[in-house]
Amino acid sequence: MANLSGRAVLVMFCATFTVLAQVPSSQKLQTIISRTPKGKPDLTGVWQALNTANWDLQAHAAERGPDPWTGVISAVAPGPGVVEGGEIPYLPAAAAQRKQNYKNRWTADPEIRCYMPGVPRATYMPYPFQIIQGSDTVMISYEFADAVRLVSMGNPGPAPADSWMGWSIGHWDGDTLVVDVTSQNDQTWFDRAGDFHSDALHVVERYTPLDANILMYEAAIEDPKVFSRPWKISMPLYRHIEKNAQLMEFKCISFSEDVLYGDLGKQEVSK
Amino acid sequence: MTHRWFSFTLLLTAMTPAFGQSETSWTVPRTPDGHPDLQGIWTNKTVTPLERPVALGNKAFFTPEEAKEFTQSTLDRTNKDRRGGGVRDVLNAYNAFWWDSGTKVLRNMRTSIITDPPDGRIPPLTPQRQAELQERALAVKVRCERPGCAITNGGQSGPADKPEDLDLMTRCISFGTVVPMLPSAYNNDYQIVQGPGVVAIDTEMVHEVRRIPTDGSAHLPPSVREWIGDPRGHWDGDTLVVDSTNFTGETRVRGADENLHLIERFTRVGPDTLLYQFTVDDPTAFTKPWSGEIPMAKTDGLLYEYACHEGNIGMKDIIAAAKADEKKAAAQAAGKK
Repeated sequence: MANLSGRAVLVMFCATFTVLAQVPSSQKLQTIISRTPKGKPDLTGVWQALNTANWDLQAHAAERGPDPWTGVISAVAPGPGVVEGGEIPYLPAAAAQRKQNYKNRWTADPEIRCYMPGVPRATYMPYPFQIIQGSDTVMISYEFADAVRLVSMGNPGPAPADSWMGWSIGHWDGDTLVVDVTSQNDQTWFDRAGDFHSDALHVVERYTPLDANILMYEAAIEDPKVFSRPWKISMPLYRHIEKNAQLMEFKCISFSEDVLYGDLGKQEVSK
Repeated sequence: MTHRWFSFTLLLTAMTPAFGQSETSWTVPRTPDGHPDLQGIWTNKTVTPLERPVALGNKAFFTPEEAKEFTQSTLDRTNKDRRGGGVRDVLNAYNAFWWDSGTKVLRNMRTSIITDPPDGRIPPLTPQRQAELQERALAVKVRCERPGCAITNGGQSGPADKPEDLDLMTRCISFGTVVPMLPSAYNNDYQIVQGPGVVAIDTEMVHEVRRIPTDGSAHLPPSVREWIGDPRGHWDGDTLVVDSTNFTGETRVRGADENLHLIERFTRVGPDTLLYQFTVDDPTAFTKPWSGEIPMAKTDGLLYEYACHEGNIGMKDIIAAAKADEKKAAAQAAGKK
């Protein structure tokens, strides 16, 4: 992938989106996806993205990873990117910040510290998440960091404060679950490459069933402090259909503590 | 509220299964698959203690007058300014202003959350488990004869040489309000969301989420251990029964070990009451099983995000302070030479 020209990447993008756009007719969909008594798609299940967007939302080549001692295990997996149009439209100052973040990515990415990943990053981390579609709340429970969102399908009023996973309000647009996410803090990144946002981030997610086991996921992102215009990512999400599919406990705090508190350790005074 | 309170009082003479009968116009709401709808935001905050005060012996229920008196004396005690200076000053400074235990005893008027054994108290640990915990406590004591120990959220003095030395609560990993679901200092709120084949419970205290399959699937292999265990659910009539195993043995369940087997029952017994019952069965840790129940109350509020780990300044301070303590002692020792 490293030698692909920009044009080739763009062509690949178009091809990808053309394939994804092949949504079955609504009549066919009516019969192949399970529905609630109210006729809405039932999205309950264990889902996962199958791409390398968590390494970098934009097209990227394979690369040496942060830890030479673990060899290929920590290598950056290549990917054609998930940003519509290919590029994230940073404002000039923000582009400089992104460059800085990229330089410091092996120490500055909040994922290293097991911090809740924010939206949309939680969706395309390399771990499954579970949708539990209730009557007036859709819970989205993520394996990573035990992060969770309670999507209100009514009007819960404004967010009381900014938070890591934001304030999620959902509604149905035909067969699409639309979730409006506001009030996220400015502490999360979009990926391990340092793509970032401010506390003015506004994300509108769309979850559209393509068939019983595939959702098309789209996140429209706007943040006037960081980007010159709104932009979009999209990717399919796949249902885990294996019999023993489930989220496991991944309370990653214990794996972050050496990084977080290691410099306070007692090695140098223990003698 | 007064009317309902009175109804509950009357019901005390009956057994718990009769709970719902006072609500004649109420029927159990159901989800599309026909099972009881447990969804909503529920709270278990209460001034009723987990264990019955010894002085109450086998007295399982309060009369309304006794409940009023018990509530008042509890509130008077917890409302006090308990600061007395010294190293424990900050710990003690937490009074009722900071806590959210509510101002009421449990709706079932019980004198303790524990219903069995009949004395309302956790049965003794097995000799083997006692010996294990004593050995552990001794190791801590010996270690803490040297400088560099810290008092943590648990209120205990212990080593702080590395993060793993500190308790799960100080590390924001698990607060012991999930298995079983017991009230704590604050954030005593739980949201239940139900989908086909799954019941999920989000605990407001450090957003611990339990995803309980009700599809008949088997437990994880015994080699896999989880802090809050592996829950599997099934419906026993209109009651959701949750069976949890595969614990680590480090979970804060009053001395339980990795053989903990937790059985919980969730029953809707009224429009705004979810009866929660649990049994802790752990033959290698306790001399007999113990059980408890909490009628959880529906609450209007929403759950908010408790980002405990993300704001965990305490861990840094505790470890840094212990290290400074050790350094200071080393410098003093060097000075004497």
